[in-house]
Amino acid sequence: MEYFVQQLINGVTLGSIYGLIAIGYTMVYGIVGMINFAHGDIFMVGAFVSLIAITALGLTASTGLGLTIIALILVLIFAMLIASVYGWTVERIAYRPLRGSFRLAPLITAIGMSIVLQNYVQIAQGARVKPLQPIIQDGYTIMRRVDEQGEFVVQISNMQIFIILLTTALMVTFSMIIAKTPLGRAQRACEQDRKMAALSGINVDRTISLTFVMGAALAAVAGLMFLLYYGVIDFFIGFVAGVKAFTAAVLGGIGSLPGAMLGGLVIGLIETFWSAYFSIEYKDVAAFAMLALVLIFLPQGLLGKPEVEKV
Amino acid sequence: MASMALKRSPRSILIDLAVTSFLALAIFGVMVGLRTETVPGGLELQPQWMSALLLVAAAVGGRAILLLTVWNRPEGAPSLIPAAVREGAGSAISRVGKVFGPALLVFALLLPFLPFTDRYILDLSILVLTYVMLGWGLNIVVGLAGLLDLGYVAFYAVGAYSYALLALHFGWSFWLCLPVAGILAAFWGIILGFPVLRLRGDYLAIVTLAFGEIIRVVLLNWYWFTGGPDGLSGIPRPSFFGIEFSRGEGGFADAFGLEYSSLHRIIFLYFLILALALLTNYVTMRLRRLPIGRAWEALREDEIACRSLGLNTTSVKLTAFATGAMFGGFAGAFFATRQGFISPESFTFIESALILAIVVLGGMGSQIGVVIASVALIGGFEVFREAEDYRMLIFGLAMVLIMIWRPRGLIATRAPSIFLREKKAVSGSLVAQGEGH
Amino acid sequence: MAGDALLEVERLTMRFGGLTAVDDLSFTARRGEITALIGPNGAGKTTVFNCITGFYKPTVGRITMHHDNGERFLLERLPDFQIPRTAKVARTFQNIRLFGGMTVLENLMVAQHNPLMRASGYTFGGVLGIGGYRHAEREAVELAKYWLEQTGLLARADDAAGDLPYGDQRRLEIARAMCTGPRLLCLDEPAAGLNPRESDELNRLLLFIRKERGVGILLIEHDMSVVMGISDHIVVLDYGAKIADAAPEEIRNDPKVIAAYLGVEDEEVEEVEHEIEETAAAVSGEEGSQ
Repeated sequence: MEYFVQQLINGVTLGSIYGLIAIGYTMVYGIVGMINFAHGDIFMVGAFVSLIAITALGLTASTGLGLTIIALILVLIFAMLIASVYGWTVERIAYRPLRGSFRLAPLITAIGMSIVLQNYVQIAQGARVKPLQPIIQDGYTIMRRVDEQGEFVVQISNMQIFIILLTTALMVTFSMIIAKTPLGRAQRACEQDRKMAALSGINVDRTISLTFVMGAALAAVAGLMFLLYYGVIDFFIGFVAGVKAFTAAVLGGIGSLPGAMLGGLVIGLIETFWSAYFSIEYKDVAAFAMLALVLIFLPQGLLGKPEVEKV
Repeated sequence: MASMALKRSPRSILIDLAVTSFLALAIFGVMVGLRTETVPGGLELQPQWMSALLLVAAAVGGRAILLLTVWNRPEGAPSLIPAAVREGAGSAISRVGKVFGPALLVFALLLPFLPFTDRYILDLSILVLTYVMLGWGLNIVVGLAGLLDLGYVAFYAVGAYSYALLALHFGWSFWLCLPVAGILAAFWGIILGFPVLRLRGDYLAIVTLAFGEIIRVVLLNWYWFTGGPDGLSGIPRPSFFGIEFSRGEGGFADAFGLEYSSLHRIIFLYFLILALALLTNYVTMRLRRLPIGRAWEALREDEIACRSLGLNTTSVKLTAFATGAMFGGFAGAFFATRQGFISPESFTFIESALILAIVVLGGMGSQIGVVIASVALIGGFEVFREAEDYRMLIFGLAMVLIMIWRPRGLIATRAPSIFLREKKAVSGSLVAQGEGH
Repeated sequence: MAGDALLEVERLTMRFGGLTAVDDLSFTARRGEITALIGPNGAGKTTVFNCITGFYKPTVGRITMHHDNGERFLLERLPDFQIPRTAKVARTFQNIRLFGGMTVLENLMVAQHNPLMRASGYTFGGVLGIGGYRHAEREAVELAKYWLEQTGLLARADDAAGDLPYGDQRRLEIARAMCTGPRLLCLDEPAAGLNPRESDELNRLLLFIRKERGVGILLIEHDMSVVMGISDHIVVLDYGAKIADAAPEEIRNDPKVIAAYLGVEDEEVEEVEHEIEETAAAVSGEEGSQ
């Protein structure tokens, strides 16, 4: 029981990170109907920018709590800004010239951009993994059991609280943006019918650009969380995390924001529990197999709208 | 020319450049300008301001040149490329393809005997031909049937491991293993395809990608069977129908009364992959003229119309998937015997992406396009061998730029499979892209 | 045996979530006749087609196809691709669905996929060049040529289908459906977007198909000149339910039909009926004087 609760906490933490990346996939897919393959690498860029910023600020575990929080907020904003510029530029260079053309072309440029970003970071920052000393330590013990096998403690670390709270806050903010602001309306209009949206005075190019920017900003947040949680990053983390996040987006129902978050949580939980109870080697297999099963039995995903085939 | 008004005012160009420099600074300033290095006790930043500033300058300079020249041509100014050339280019390439197809074949057959051919060129040609074959195999799935497969490398892996395991454990010969590897790959194609082929285009893409990864992870962790990350080594090299390419008595050189040369084996491998690739091409061309091939293309054009004409779209998709997988399996068996060593590292997603890029860059469904794209990509990749660290970067950039330049691929026309009076090429803009509608 | 039931639709109901698109519909299409299915926009006509041709599985109801030899096929139980293949029901689409990147001839060859597939020994014989595939292909081309001639498209056989003008595309879709060798041809608004001359040609083509080939035709159409000109029998739908089922002359004067088209409330029907009778009298008077 204690073990289970501990895994649950770990799974939700991991799921939050996947969910944040998945939102970027789902928004872009919803609006331009393409898999933004480079999105996972934007996440990676976000993690690196965070690492650089943290190192520049000289943050360590011995920094006081108040200072740490202020510094992390600064790092977060900085990483979101820089990643947004990356997201915007990638869209501008690789996707916009191909909008409305052959469907596979942007997929290929996306793969190309992903290769470019990975190798660019590898050249700029080196191929070796980058370790980061833990910055936020301690936590709360929420369960404790002592028996003949010894003591088992269920802990939720400050780090995990930070990740879960931040994710929740961002989810609420972004749902509000989509639901309430003119930008959100413009996005939903473009999703429905881009031509019609343009005719009713919506700046489609700008809306699409902003969608990429929002996705990139969220990916940067996920990047910072990943960095703080795992403490090591390299230039290749974007690929696996990206594939899993896209899996999460599809699982939740592509185009649906809460779906992306839910999908992320499900993937995070499956991965964590599979590693905890079965085998850590096959955790990716479990996540992907789950994807295949869901798509076969529930093609529209968990929260997506079912599609009636138009004949 | 000078009398025509330029499209951009100096002011707008300056603003544009200011924005560019700001963005470039944001992009390069942090990532390039501040390099993190691991030092005892943590990380340290090593400023690289010069490189960062150079990159920013390059971005601004490049954009300035484009703004002042290509993007600043007055309204109605004649295009830089004459219209006749532009319009002719597409049809010219396909016409050239018709003439050059046979010429290319003759060249390929003579290549090993040309005076300038050395071991390096042969090895490179073998590599290019392997990708040509993989491209042709994937072309059936993506180009003809319009099914987006991002996990094609899985079948390549199945073929390679099938050959390696059968040869290592049972001592089967290459010629016996080759069809088995193809059949096993096709079998896996059907098993994987059956549940997922009902999915829409992009979902199919992501599920095939996932399957590709699953197969790789399994190969990586099923230690006693596949050797895990260590892979399988000591895979038997090919023999000339039973005659080994070895020095001394009974070897190939001895049997044919030739001077022993280590090149013999390479030349044999070259012809082997050439034959396999040509077989792939021949079968594909043949299938295109059979009902099954037309059904594949019809599926790409409109799946609903196919069903209204009594086509069982599931089996049409499955046959495309299985046929493509089979050729992937053949190529895999060849890869294993050529390398003598295989490990999961050879079957990563980047391989699938590369093969898909070859198909799409070549022009979907075009056989000669695949050849041109393979030579361009793999050859180009080799040209930048010197710039080791940078070559993947250049490769990725090239993928992006070529795609923007020719979104429909190098050869964008489609040749009809049957005609009454006159064979007219179908313009690429009419040809559908498959799934996804 | 013209006049025998060819297609029997019984108590067909189709619901999408809360929406009932087709409500307890029964009608019969007869052999060698042209049956028209008409009704205002959104009356559920295309949904009926999609149920008959297997694209939708009806919520309730039975759809039976009768062949000359007495064989019966329950269409709602067949997978969609079996409906053209074994039950011999072919269809066209409201928004044309041709294989645009393939030539006209290729389109017609795809339509003959199943017999050609058998002839090619399910591909194995065809690849090796054994079996009677060449002969079968020649025959298939002949059949394609026959229908191209009937539709006036022979000169364009080697052009891409997507390159044809709209009217030609409509006829090509009918030719393609005919190449599957159907007993029942379902046409979804074949005259939509045609000019009067093309519309006339279409009438002649449909009459030819009925007379020469003995194929039953089921037709959704808005163009009343086509419907009234060639149908033997008209079924009128409104809000998914049948409101009339008779010969063209009767439909023309059916107040309920006219009310449905004009879109009046039920209570006003009598009123409208009265008006219509007057107008009809006036119109027939005019016709008589012409």
